[in-house]
Amino acid sequence: MSTYGVLGLLFLIAIFGFFFGRIKALSSADGDIKKLHSLPQFYGLNAVFLAFFPPLLVLVIWTFAQSIFVDERIKRELSPWILAEQKNINLVISEVDRLSDGLKVSVELGSLTYQQISAKTVGLGGIENILNASGVFLTDDIQAPILAAARLKFYMETLGNSFRNWLVIIGSIIGLVWALTQAKLNFRARPRVEQMILVLLAAAATLAIFTSVGIVLSMLFEALRFFGMHPWTDFFFGSTWAPSFSAGSELSILPLLWGTLYISFVALLVAVPIGLYAAIYLSEYASRPVRAFAKPLLEVLAGIPTIVYGLFALTTFGPFLRKFFGDGGFLGVEWMSDSRSVITAGVVMGMMLIPFVSSLSDDIINAVPQSLRDGSYGLGATQSETVRNVILPAALPGIIGAILLAASRAIGETMIVVLGAGAVAKFAGNPLEALTTITTRIVSQLTGDLEFDSAETLVAFALGLTLFTITLGLNVLALYIVRRYREQYE
Amino acid sequence: MKDQLNSDREASLSNGMPKITAENVNVYYEEVHALKDVSVKIEQNAVTAFIGPSGCGKSTFLRCLNRMNDTIDICKITGRILLENEDIYDAKVDPVQLRAKVGMVFQKPNPFPKSVYDNIAYGPRIHGLASDKSELDDIVEQSLRRAAIWDEVKDRLDAPGTGLSGGQQQRVCIARAIATSPDVLLMDEPCSALDPIATAQVEELIDELRQNFCVVIVTHSMQQAARVSHRTAFFHLGSLVEFGDTEKIFTNPEDPRTESYITGRIG
Repeated sequence: MSTYGVLGLLFLIAIFGFFFGRIKALSSADGDIKKLHSLPQFYGLNAVFLAFFPPLLVLVIWTFAQSIFVDERIKRELSPWILAEQKNINLVISEVDRLSDGLKVSVELGSLTYQQISAKTVGLGGIENILNASGVFLTDDIQAPILAAARLKFYMETLGNSFRNWLVIIGSIIGLVWALTQAKLNFRARPRVEQMILVLLAAAATLAIFTSVGIVLSMLFEALRFFGMHPWTDFFFGSTWAPSFSAGSELSILPLLWGTLYISFVALLVAVPIGLYAAIYLSEYASRPVRAFAKPLLEVLAGIPTIVYGLFALTTFGPFLRKFFGDGGFLGVEWMSDSRSVITAGVVMGMMLIPFVSSLSDDIINAVPQSLRDGSYGLGATQSETVRNVILPAALPGIIGAILLAASRAIGETMIVVLGAGAVAKFAGNPLEALTTITTRIVSQLTGDLEFDSAETLVAFALGLTLFTITLGLNVLALYIVRRYREQYE
Repeated sequence: MKDQLNSDREASLSNGMPKITAENVNVYYEEVHALKDVSVKIEQNAVTAFIGPSGCGKSTFLRCLNRMNDTIDICKITGRILLENEDIYDAKVDPVQLRAKVGMVFQKPNPFPKSVYDNIAYGPRIHGLASDKSELDDIVEQSLRRAAIWDEVKDRLDAPGTGLSGGQQQRVCIARAIATSPDVLLMDEPCSALDPIATAQVEELIDELRQNFCVVIVTHSMQQAARVSHRTAFFHLGSLVEFGDTEKIFTNPEDPRTESYITGRIG
């Protein structure tokens, strides 16, 4: 039985448990709901929880553990042969996977039997024809150790899966029976279900947290592999970014960091004033109909995918800038040789960030108590005096938080800079020249058919981890500032 | 003793010219007719109290007197309000300048999140009332002294105004309002967020302030109206029911609704 089959069976048992638990509880109260401790559906839900979730957990954990265990076993089995023949371990492993999958398909189709495989009656010659007949095509000739490993893998997986399936189904039935024996008049089903819901929700939250921890750890391990191949002093303190897949790469983050910060700075220079003024207009000056119309319109900008902004930078805004600053342009200067530049990417990224800044600032300005506005107007202050002297100072910590959040988005932004910023890694000050960013380099280092085993590809993880550290730091700082500000009025 | 206090009050009310004259004032919040045909004459150097149950329009009327209702989009006002013979709703009048002349103190103490000094100096600064720093210092000190809070805050003028106690905050707000030397001081339930001791301090202050200002106070507490005011206006359901000497309103009201409210049968 396949994993999906087991899952389907679990569903069926759970549905059966729900209705049967209900009916059983009702009948124990002679059909009178008022005599039951809880409403009948809680007895049903109790059965669902007991018969479905614990076996599901077993299913998931077993499946993961088994695949790790089998892979390790296969590697151990093959490692003497791989060492002797100087093979690439990844290629061998994927060949074993393909072959054992082929065996599985053949068995399902009936062109091979389980007995034939376990009794090793199929030889090297015969197996290829059988697999071809089942629609599984192998690229290379099968070698004896690989066939042996594939056979072992197939054997272990088949055995493991049937053990697992029996365990899960028996566990589910035990849960069902247990819940049904509980489904009686005085059983306190409602608090029990409530507890189980709590466990379920807590599990979801835990899973989310573990996922992010897992992402960070995987980046960390790959980055550590990189630092094992490449001196960390060059990465953090070098001055040149020149990856070459032959030898002697210089992989320093500093020129990339410079480009990233420069472009983000230009973006914030655009986004912060415009976004902040828009927020002030919307929250303090605009009449209600204007606000109801303009605010969603501004927030539409936030819904545009960043790749579209990137296209806009590449095909519209960059060429537009070149008409002014480029060769033969209106201004008669030759400052801009390519439509990709710091300004192109920075300004377009700024446009992307406007709704981000304005929406956050708008919320923060609205959180300033009306009594402060009244106090200022009551003293004869004009609207702009009130905004300048009372509202902005009161909202300042929150606005700084919003700007930091926008900065961390600018630093992590990818598509706009991939299309609009260029690929030149250097310390340049001219905003009309092309520069490159950390995210752009990660994309270019990892594009194509690659094996993750050289410093030139693994550097992407070190770059990503550094980027993550920077944006995480900015976010924490921003949240800290915003939170401190929130306490002020409570 | 009580008679003597009342005769004192009468004596100080002798100059007859009204400071504020309201004629047939109506206020609408979209469909809601919040204030109906209110006409009042408010005198100089006196404390006028507006009383009435919640939602009777007394605060709305108070906010008409310095055009604070202009900041509410949906509010529409008809009728005339004269401040010393000048219609404050005339197109020529700048509401911003009007509010400098008609100061306001609010229900909840609302010091700005700035230092005590900057709170008081806020009005003088935006209206250019002081030509140099020492003059501004003087204004701040005078305002704090008149609001009877100078001794409590003189050593912490640089501390944030939000860090003071509720009663101190409210007196700082009063000082802030009188720092622009207004002619009229409007107070919207100034003691409702204060404890009895702070309330007593503010009431004492109100009595001193009326020597220099025309004070209008909205209050929920009838005892407070009786204690601090010379004239009392009773509002009910958006109408001005009765207006007259405080003494008379509380001892011998003409309208049965006033009597019911005073004696606690309505509101």
